[in-house]
Amino acid sequence: MTRSAKAENALELRDLSVAYRVAGRNRAVLRNLSLNIGQGEAYGLVGESGCGKSTVALTVVRYLPRNGSITGGAISLDGQDVMKLDAEALRRARAESVSMVYQDPGKALNPSIRVGRQLTEIFELGGITSKAAEDRAIAMLNRVRISDPTSVMQRYPHQLSGGMQQRVAIAMALANDPSMLILDEPTTGLDATVEAEVLDLIAQLRQELSASILFISHNLAVVSNMCDRVGVLYAGMLVEEGPTEVVFNDPRHPYTVALLRCLPRGGQRKDQGRLDTIPGFLPGIGADIKGCAFADRCALADDRCRSELPPLYDLGGRLSRCFYHEKAQALPRATPSDVAPTPKAAAVPVLRVAGLNKTYSSHGHALRAVKDVSLDLRPGETLGLVGESGSGKTTFARLLLGLVPPDDGGTIVLEGKALAPRLENRSDDQIKAMQIVFQNPDSALNRSHSIRHLIGRALKRLAGLSGKALEARLNDLVRSVRLTDRHLAVKPRQLSGGLKQRVAIARAFAGDPRIVVCDEPTSALDVSVQAAILNLLADLQSKEDVSYIFISHDLAVVRYLSDKIAVLYLGRIMELGPSEDVFSGPHHPYTEALLSAVPKLDQTETARIRLDGEIPSATNPPSGCVFHTRCPRKIGAICEQQEPPLSEAQPGHSIRCHIPYEELARLQKDVVTEPA
Amino acid sequence: MSAVQTTSPTPDDTRRRGPLAEVLLSLLRSGTFLTGFAIVMFWVACALFGEHFAPYDPLADDIINALAPPSAEHWFGTDQIGRDVFSRVIVGSRDILTVAPLATLLATVAGTALGLLTGYFRGLVDDVVSRILEAFMAIPVVIVALLAIVALGTSKTTVIVVIGLSFAPIIARTVRSAVLAERELDYVAAAQLRHESAVHTMFVEILPNVIPPILVETTVRLGYAIFAVATLSFMGFGIQPPSPDWGLSISNNYGMIGGGFWWTVLFDALAIASLVIGVNLAADGVHGALND
Repeated sequence: MTRSAKAENALELRDLSVAYRVAGRNRAVLRNLSLNIGQGEAYGLVGESGCGKSTVALTVVRYLPRNGSITGGAISLDGQDVMKLDAEALRRARAESVSMVYQDPGKALNPSIRVGRQLTEIFELGGITSKAAEDRAIAMLNRVRISDPTSVMQRYPHQLSGGMQQRVAIAMALANDPSMLILDEPTTGLDATVEAEVLDLIAQLRQELSASILFISHNLAVVSNMCDRVGVLYAGMLVEEGPTEVVFNDPRHPYTVALLRCLPRGGQRKDQGRLDTIPGFLPGIGADIKGCAFADRCALADDRCRSELPPLYDLGGRLSRCFYHEKAQALPRATPSDVAPTPKAAAVPVLRVAGLNKTYSSHGHALRAVKDVSLDLRPGETLGLVGESGSGKTTFARLLLGLVPPDDGGTIVLEGKALAPRLENRSDDQIKAMQIVFQNPDSALNRSHSIRHLIGRALKRLAGLSGKALEARLNDLVRSVRLTDRHLAVKPRQLSGGLKQRVAIARAFAGDPRIVVCDEPTSALDVSVQAAILNLLADLQSKEDVSYIFISHDLAVVRYLSDKIAVLYLGRIMELGPSEDVFSGPHHPYTEALLSAVPKLDQTETARIRLDGEIPSATNPPSGCVFHTRCPRKIGAICEQQEPPLSEAQPGHSIRCHIPYEELARLQKDVVTEPA
Repeated sequence: MSAVQTTSPTPDDTRRRGPLAEVLLSLLRSGTFLTGFAIVMFWVACALFGEHFAPYDPLADDIINALAPPSAEHWFGTDQIGRDVFSRVIVGSRDILTVAPLATLLATVAGTALGLLTGYFRGLVDDVVSRILEAFMAIPVVIVALLAIVALGTSKTTVIVVIGLSFAPIIARTVRSAVLAERELDYVAAAQLRHESAVHTMFVEILPNVIPPILVETTVRLGYAIFAVATLSFMGFGIQPPSPDWGLSISNNYGMIGGGFWWTVLFDALAIASLVIGVNLAADGVHGALND
């Protein structure tokens, strides 16, 4: 595989237009897109879902779905015109010079073939013997920091964790030393701690390899940490491009400005102001766009923007497709930031949980999904539940709701009355007092029923309403989640993700609940929609004095909404306390690692703590402190022998760790000041 | 709550067609479905109006013209007692097209109910009912039919009940697996969190979402039901004389093949085959349209 003299750019797209044929009509997805990726450069492509990011990735290797076609423009890969390649040359280009890593490694790997076979196959295609291929495969696994490659080679993909699977996928992508590596949301399905590991790996590999990278992500913080330059895509058009730091710190397009404002940043909290939102919707694919694609959602837009397509202004090393790029940052807020004062949480808890346990039996082994959880929640308060997947967050929520019965012994007391373990034995008043907003509205809303039926049925059953009274309350409720009458007649599939989640919220609030469990309610949504949903939840809380149990893997989101945080690890509470104390520290070493793993948009160089290895199996938890196997601050044998108690370090702030609070404070103070 | 947010959400695309319209449209675009549907409709028309356009009375004998080969006068020839085979084939579609769909309907209703029950309750209910259904499925239809006919006597109702109940476990199995998947979705948990009854959850929440696999299974079963009715009639346990039913006619005439009188059997056999193929083509089309 000798490569001819390198072209100036690893990838060049010139006026690229792509259309998908839907219902007999060609609909434009990419519109005259031009961009260059230099040799060895990492280029990030960001934008909301539906703006064409993944289409770019597929187009580069001409791998569009059957109904997609390139309607104009040119693609040049390392100086080679991709459009002119015949089938065989295209196959060679895909095999040798471009590699892709997809979002879900579980689907990218063949489930019925051993990892080793899948990897050696790539080398064998290059025409070397199987023995040599095996050696190369082992070397490659070493390169992606897999510590025990020979045993990993023998395993099937499902026997590896998500992070390991993604490493294998990256190893496969790098096998032929590609000149171009396309990463399409490579860490989106992964836990923050695993995401951090994979991103670190990619960053390290960049220094070892010559490959240029096209990095596609909806997560601005990830792109800001990984890429040299970034392009912002909107409705298939490049609206802004420039060096990453410059674009994110000094955006010159209203869309970039608005996108950045949607994110809760710098420890922002619900009582410090609403998040900004982006009104309206992304134009549908194939929409007829006359002027600026963003004009309908932009408060700066005037008649010129609506009638004339702005050119890409060259602002000295950066580009912006806006007539008013100089004043883009003066974009007025779409949502005022003022907030209603939050009511003071009353002293009497609405919910008290004591000694809650849940043990599943798995192949004859006991699996402690939730172990000895005790906490309480006051009216109008939000409890944030954080932890990696498998830490028992969702199980705990399901125990509270009665969807699964807890082990004998624990108690759940709601407004002074003990709740029956099973849902069927709870009174109607008790069930309506505790409702849930599920993560995935497609699963939570019955797709056969209209929105009117979905909300109306909840009002009938939970609020006991019928006839005119139901109709009146239905209209109130629909307005309070900011839906309109037009939405009532349609089925869920006709609504966007954000609107579906509003319906789910309306349904949860139908019976005037005291507590609403929110299980990752925004993780399937774009940031602009997420901001609107978070605002809605905060508004409803201040109006209804409802308490939330808020589960999310996004710590910035949890911090925005929560008054109190519980950090879970292997079903145990490792830390419990007021949100500010838990986030600002001193905190449990696990919390510290979680916080450290989150990619931050305004990355200041801080010492980063990485957790080695995987979360241990709950069927066979480590002895002593369950976190000792991964703990970067382990102090010795005591951690392996004795389980530390959850002890109150400060009033209301408890930590389950052998290290005394003052010592933690000293250790963690050092971290912040230490140079990276 | 004040209307602070300027966002005025609109449905994504209100012009989008409903799911039913989309399925119908995709059926109309499917050549497979249209071919099958045309064949079935031809036989349905024969069943409904055949006696008006059949050239002869299918029951009128004409001994002098017995066993006449196909000719301009008798396109498909005549049988042992001189009845016009062409007219008999046309009118013979009537009984099979009454009995087979009714049997399939019975199988669908019973199978759906059983499938919902076993899939929703799982556990002991599922174990007990599913084992019984499996045992039932292991007995050949013909044996069940024989026993039933001995017990109940021959009639169309017996045939409908026998075939309907033999096919019900097969439909129940399909419905059960669809229900098991639906049951895991959060909308079922949401229904439990409203204290909905099991009947409501099964029939109002889950049933509408498992209609597509039921529809596919029903059309496939209809093909098998036609075959089963023809088989039972051939064996003498199904449709009874003097009906010009296809299976029955074959049964009455197949002894004639040896004498070279092939026309007395061939056209009835072709009729059965074409109807089964037509139904299967239509079923294929429905399957394709619902799984796009």
